[in-house]
Amino acid sequence: MFGRKRVAAAAAVALACVAGTALAVDPPKLGQRAPADLLALMDKSIPPDGTGLPPGQGTPVQGQAVFLEKCAVCHGPRGEGLTNDRLVGGEGTLTQEITAKTVGSFWPYATTLFDYIRRAMPYDAPTSLKDDEVYATAAYILALNGIIKETDTLNAETLMKVKMPNADGFINQWVEPAPKAAAR
Amino acid sequence: MSKKSEVAHPLDGAEPVAGNGLLHRRLFLRGGALFTGATALTGIAGVGAAQAADYPAWRKEPGRPFVAYGTPSKFESDTQRIVTVRAPGYPTAGAGSSRTPLQLLEGIITPSGLHFERSHNGVPDIDPAQHKLLVHGLVKQPLVFTLEALDRYPRKSAIHFVECSGNSGGGWGLNPPVGPVGTMHGLVSCSEWSGVPLAYLLDEAGIDPKAKWILAEGADAAGMSRSVPLSKCLDDAMVALFQNGERVRPEQGYPMRLLLPGWEGNMNVKWLTRIKVTEGPTHTKDETSKYTELMPDGKALQFTFPMGVKSTITRPSEGVNMQGPGYYEIAGFAWSGNGKIARVDVSADGGQSWAPAALQDPVFPKALTRFRIPWEWKGGPGIVLQSRAVDETGAVQPTRDKLIEERGIKNAYHYNGITSWEVRESGLVKNVWA
Repeated sequence: MFGRKRVAAAAAVALACVAGTALAVDPPKLGQRAPADLLALMDKSIPPDGTGLPPGQGTPVQGQAVFLEKCAVCHGPRGEGLTNDRLVGGEGTLTQEITAKTVGSFWPYATTLFDYIRRAMPYDAPTSLKDDEVYATAAYILALNGIIKETDTLNAETLMKVKMPNADGFINQWVEPAPKAAAR
Repeated sequence: MSKKSEVAHPLDGAEPVAGNGLLHRRLFLRGGALFTGATALTGIAGVGAAQAADYPAWRKEPGRPFVAYGTPSKFESDTQRIVTVRAPGYPTAGAGSSRTPLQLLEGIITPSGLHFERSHNGVPDIDPAQHKLLVHGLVKQPLVFTLEALDRYPRKSAIHFVECSGNSGGGWGLNPPVGPVGTMHGLVSCSEWSGVPLAYLLDEAGIDPKAKWILAEGADAAGMSRSVPLSKCLDDAMVALFQNGERVRPEQGYPMRLLLPGWEGNMNVKWLTRIKVTEGPTHTKDETSKYTELMPDGKALQFTFPMGVKSTITRPSEGVNMQGPGYYEIAGFAWSGNGKIARVDVSADGGQSWAPAALQDPVFPKALTRFRIPWEWKGGPGIVLQSRAVDETGAVQPTRDKLIEERGIKNAYHYNGITSWEVRESGLVKNVWA
């Protein structure tokens, strides 16, 4: 873990090193205090620990209605894939000659599914879905993959209990470099 | 040697330094001013006596007056990005890419209008007066920066490539892609980027000691987002406002983009609107389901950030065919996300023998680097041109066979195998696996 001093030192070194020369004066401080409503609007990303999952809920049946109206044109009515990604099936194919990397076979976290639908889908009207619709659409895709039951309800609590089949399928390649030597 | 030659060529008598006629990298430079007879050797047409008897039309009348923003010559209308044509009504036309025509370019800078495009839901039309950059999360004080504010910060400039990690992905395929260099390798471009060091903005917000990552998000319709280690943000990351001296182009993130020198293009988030300082990675869609490399055992490599050492010859190359036997300059691009290019070797016999190429100054870290080597092409079969780059960390560009032996054929991203161009007896040049 970074200690407080070490982070501060790293930041100071980074600042001193930028552009290869130390600044004679500090850069100006022209950032404005972020208003709460702007933070609430923009802070929508959901990490795997579920921080920020909103209230609301949805079922696979409710999600099917959304999906058929807004998603099926690109992904097929059961997520089988059309002009755009296949979302369903493919389990056990990651080592096969014909591979299907889908939500069910490949995606490691259900939070990513919620985050992505809410952030970017549907393609022609991103950010238009209500949180209930996002939960429902995610529930439909998870149910098609057999990851939750058709009778289940997805909300902030139940989504965090979803264990994706390929959750352990990723190997982190990032190795934190040793801190740089002090500025000359 | 061409039979048409009546003048001594400055390279005549030069001993090859590797198989199939590769010559010492310094010979063209030594030739210098003596090199004027070269075009006669290849019999290039267009200097006939009839044309020489009078001035051409443009010598005898005034040229056009001044224009506010210049464009290339009308005779260069073929210098275009390579754009995938979609069927009418294709529902997601703004998700995809266009590619830089590397085979048509010289030097190391990509003209801004030819920089490759990769977007996930089109190019937004952002009003810079309304655009905001939010810095929040594990900070003492969440802050909002306008473009007007960022314009008042000290700037830095640096020349760096941006490469999509899916670039050269055709290399994983069973058959070599057909088409010019840009078709397979054109998801890399190189610009002079200018802007504000990201460290200034993070420092101003006050980094919490628990912070080790950030999430960067774009203002496009995809809300494209990627996690980035904080150490990179405090090292050489920049909020780029300018590209090749003018404001960043819309396709490249106007009015501001994240620049992470040497790292996967996708992480260089365009239309940058939010930076959330976090404890760990957010595991967004584009760093889990995409931009991860599936290995033969079914596990996928994640967070493979720097782009590996790589090169390709662009001249000759597919579509840039031979114009008869004689002397040629073999030239191409080399680059590495780890630092400077240290050397490039070239082979004309499919990798059996190699000769070092000259590196054209300037050579910058994490930037396209131009290499050149003279070559006498005598025609005949069995000629396969290859280039092999080595960077300053000692990393060597692998052969395609070695890469596939280590990684299988389903990585999809981070292909950096050696490119092979077969030069046929007819002078036709083809992309081959060799």
